[in-house]
Amino acid sequence: MTHLSEEQLVDAYYRNSPEMPAHWNECPECRATFARLKEHLDAMRDYPVPVRGPSYGGEVWSRLLPHLPPARRKRVWFRWWTLAPVLVAVLVVAFVAGMLTERRVRVPTTPEKARERVLLIALSRHLERSQIVLSEIANGNAGSIDFPEERERARDLLDDNRLLRQTAARNGDAVDASLLDELERVLLDVANSPAEMTAGDFEALRSRIDSQGLLFKVRITSSDERFRGQKL
Amino acid sequence: MEWTDAAAAEEARKGNQQAFRVLVERHSHAVFRLAFRMSGNEQDAEDLVQETFLRAYKQLHRFDGRAAFGTWLYRICANCSLDLLRARKSRRESQPLEEKDDVRSWLDRVAAPEPSPERLTHSSQIMSLLGPALSRLSEMERAAFVLRHYEGCDIEEIARTLGVQANAAKHSVFRAVQKLRRALEPAWGVVR
Repeated sequence: MTHLSEEQLVDAYYRNSPEMPAHWNECPECRATFARLKEHLDAMRDYPVPVRGPSYGGEVWSRLLPHLPPARRKRVWFRWWTLAPVLVAVLVVAFVAGMLTERRVRVPTTPEKARERVLLIALSRHLERSQIVLSEIANGNAGSIDFPEERERARDLLDDNRLLRQTAARNGDAVDASLLDELERVLLDVANSPAEMTAGDFEALRSRIDSQGLLFKVRITSSDERFRGQKL
Repeated sequence: MEWTDAAAAEEARKGNQQAFRVLVERHSHAVFRLAFRMSGNEQDAEDLVQETFLRAYKQLHRFDGRAAFGTWLYRICANCSLDLLRARKSRRESQPLEEKDDVRSWLDRVAAPEPSPERLTHSSQIMSLLGPALSRLSEMERAAFVLRHYEGCDIEEIARTLGVQANAAKHSVFRAVQKLRRALEPAWGVVR
């Protein structure tokens, strides 16, 4: 007598009205196996999900709204990200100063951790800045985007990106190195793009960012690394 | 005026953000539930909700109304979740977590669903094992299982969502069930 396979039983469980072969009616063993399977799968239905209140939809909307592509873009001369290179420079100076000080004075800290922390924060900030460039492109269209500005920003980011990618590779962090490599290729494309981009070129660039899920990966990694840096 | 999903999507496509707001407010809870089951992590689920609606907004021109808006949205959420699970998996492989911490933090994050006293012991034992067991599935198995078991999607729909053949989707669900039953053995005895 050939019993029903576990795969057949699982299949039957998910079809609400299992059409079992004749064997089903004749075999108490298969019915018992199915009853056990059903009990187990039913028990997994209670997977608890945190409760969200009735205003949750509104909260999601409030968080989402600033990220939606605006209908019309106004040119703003001063933007907060123009300070980003200065912040990175301060971070690098602080890091170097820390390294030099550490050689002269024995302080009761673990320099490895401090170094890692600085690197993680630098990486997180770099990714946040890159995220802005990617968002501008992903949410813009060839007519509205200020492309020379994006090119300049991409060029600024490239040097940091190379440095961080090499460091990640040297430290054996293959995941970050791979993401930075992927990011670098897109930044290179942006940095070397013509001043007047055709709608087709722009769309190709945008769909490349979209298809690779690059923006999302950059956002996740940025928040992960910031969190790791804060924990150290 | 009460918009249907299709009408709101059509309006949103024309640039009416208020129409998109209606869709966000209507589907946020369901998307969050799916995102949480996919990721097993509250903060990740919030990120996934945001990413899902953001992608949906940018891809509204691709929504042709043949499927329900909710189904289309869940498909986007499932894909975002796959991206996240893959990224998390790579990261986890490079930084292994303490399993005990994993279990505890998962339990800490979820709210108790007001269990009855008699169900509590058995159910809490299952739940304490289920979260970590789900996180040990491959991203494809987890996504297929969540869509089948919790969202009630059929195999063809899962295959379309995950971009695989129907057989592969079916097999992923089966493998997930096998692995989960094995992982939950301590809660219900030996599974034959």
